[in-house]
Amino acid sequence: MSTPLSWNRQPRIAPEAIHTLTERTSGVPASLPRPLLAYGNGRSYGDVCLTERGTLVLTRGLDRFIEFDSQHGILRCEAGVTLAEILALTVPHGWFLASTPGTQMATVGGAVANDVHGKNHHAVGSFGHHVRALALWRSDGSVIECHPGDDTGWFSATVGGLGLTGLIQWVELQLMPIQNPWMWVESQRFSNLEEFWILNRQAEERSPYAVAWIDCLAKGKARGRGILLTGQHAAAQLDLPAFKASKKRVPVDPPFSLINGLSLRAFNSFYYRQPVKPQGSLTHYAPYFYPLDAIQDWNRIYGQQGFYQYQCVIPPEEAEAATGALLDTIAKRGEGSFLAVLKTFGTRPSLGMLSFPRPGTTLALDFPNRGEKTLRLLNELDAIVREAGGTLYPGKDARMPADLFQSGYPQWQAFSEYIDPQFSSRFWQRVTL
Amino acid sequence: MNSLKNVVIFGATSAIAEQTARQLVAQGASLYCVGRNKEKLTAMLDDLRVRAGDQQKIEGSVADLTDSSQHAQLIASAEQQLGALDGALIAHGTLPDQQACQSDTVKMREEIETNAISVINLMALLANRFEQQQWGVIAVISSVAGDRGRQSNYVYGAAKGMVTLFAQGLRNRLAKANVDVVTIKPGFVDTPMTAELDKSGPLWARPEHIAEGIISAMQKGKGEVYLPWFWWGIMLIIKHIPETIFKRLSL
Repeated sequence: MSTPLSWNRQPRIAPEAIHTLTERTSGVPASLPRPLLAYGNGRSYGDVCLTERGTLVLTRGLDRFIEFDSQHGILRCEAGVTLAEILALTVPHGWFLASTPGTQMATVGGAVANDVHGKNHHAVGSFGHHVRALALWRSDGSVIECHPGDDTGWFSATVGGLGLTGLIQWVELQLMPIQNPWMWVESQRFSNLEEFWILNRQAEERSPYAVAWIDCLAKGKARGRGILLTGQHAAAQLDLPAFKASKKRVPVDPPFSLINGLSLRAFNSFYYRQPVKPQGSLTHYAPYFYPLDAIQDWNRIYGQQGFYQYQCVIPPEEAEAATGALLDTIAKRGEGSFLAVLKTFGTRPSLGMLSFPRPGTTLALDFPNRGEKTLRLLNELDAIVREAGGTLYPGKDARMPADLFQSGYPQWQAFSEYIDPQFSSRFWQRVTL
Repeated sequence: MNSLKNVVIFGATSAIAEQTARQLVAQGASLYCVGRNKEKLTAMLDDLRVRAGDQQKIEGSVADLTDSSQHAQLIASAEQQLGALDGALIAHGTLPDQQACQSDTVKMREEIETNAISVINLMALLANRFEQQQWGVIAVISSVAGDRGRQSNYVYGAAKGMVTLFAQGLRNRLAKANVDVVTIKPGFVDTPMTAELDKSGPLWARPEHIAEGIISAMQKGKGEVYLPWFWWGIMLIIKHIPETIFKRLSL
């Protein structure tokens, strides 16, 4: 079997053994080497889903629905079900995921373990806020059913718990009602970062969904220029367009990255100049929420060396200055990112002890892996984030220094009491040295 | 085109059968699923019920199909629960350990019992039922391994070869009764049954793709179907290597 990779295709490390789960109650045979770590559909970046020791437990075989209450929008399903499979079932019944990340290929177990967030964080919080219950298999053979508000701490340890508290067998979600599969989307161009803050504040007041794409190569007066996309689920209406899903894919691993200085500059300028629709238009939910899912295996464009995803959060009071400093540094190095995404989180406190979302501004970037050169740039960005009292997203990290993790997740030691003694990941070993 | 509105599946919790069941349900079918493991079957039936519409029936029962005395009763229950039967898929089986079968003939006979005798017993009963009603389709999962005996798994191959030949005869007999008999010959499929094997390489197929091929073959009433299709070419070559050469190969 080929070695599972995370979505940024590095590091390339192999576990001692790989085990495929197909029954949610079966557990993991004692004969397999420990520690264990669940691997869903490989949509996290870096090494939260990877291990060099023990057994990687593949959970995509746990892909069964258990119960769906289509009156109240409550769905219970196994942990390896993908968000796409959930939506295919529930959208025709008028229910949508209350919180969704930018890919529908993630598993529900992975969404819980990374407490993922979406473009509507400012309105509804993160994925964990919409989990009604979950079952956690522990390596001693016990199964713990957890609910939000449990005073045992198992729920808050497992939501955002990076798969370390045990194996999630199933999850029960509260879905959100919709009228149809369409979104009403407005796009606005902004010519620099200062304009973004103003537009974004207005957008968040009127729209449940808001996110900005920015041209991270623009300098000077144009620094932080970009396009703000706001959206809401379309109202009930009879006249809806037809929708056909795209079937494009990247068929091979190019020997080198197709993302380089030239293609990046061209793409960013082109994207910035695309026609905007401030008056709004109807867009199907798939291209709105999951634009990159339309190109299967898009992550291959970075070539065999893969790439680094860098997603930080900066507290509100430092957000404007630090975001500016981050963009200055990136533009100066010319190591821009294909997709720089800027969003502000709301104030709803996350439920997980290690949840990433918190009040402030989050900037997500990806950089082709050019070895030392790239790592030097990321270290420079770390310095700005650290100075501003921010932190990085574990689910998108392959290299953050231990101090940045530990200062950003002050509950990490309390959390470690909940780690299953037979579970670990390379990420955890790296940041808790 | 055979309509697949009411289908009984034997060995329903196997990976290929479960994917086939999901796709049949998505197309509006009602199903009766027979599986050996109660927990697995219950999880599968719950899942299919969530996927099914209000008008579709999802039923099933736990049974060990090596006990042929239960077969007639299972078919009767399926027909009773669904109201009618217009398709059957026989998917149960094991992948025997060839070495163990060589050293233990009891083990060998058990494998033949599971993979051949219990399968043809079900086919015989279904054939009589469908012949009587003058419609229906019986699909059975055989294997490319049944096309030629090879040292690495000839016990399994012999069992599947028996299934293939039996189905061939049945197809011939039932043609005039408007009943189709479909022999499915999958190549390498990435399932728990093949968990021990190295799956890198282009020959491995996903169970959901095999399932699509099964449903299409059942609807069209095809005879023998290789899945994916390219196994037809591979097996054509393997079948035509002269025995004097073949016996020296390590296949």
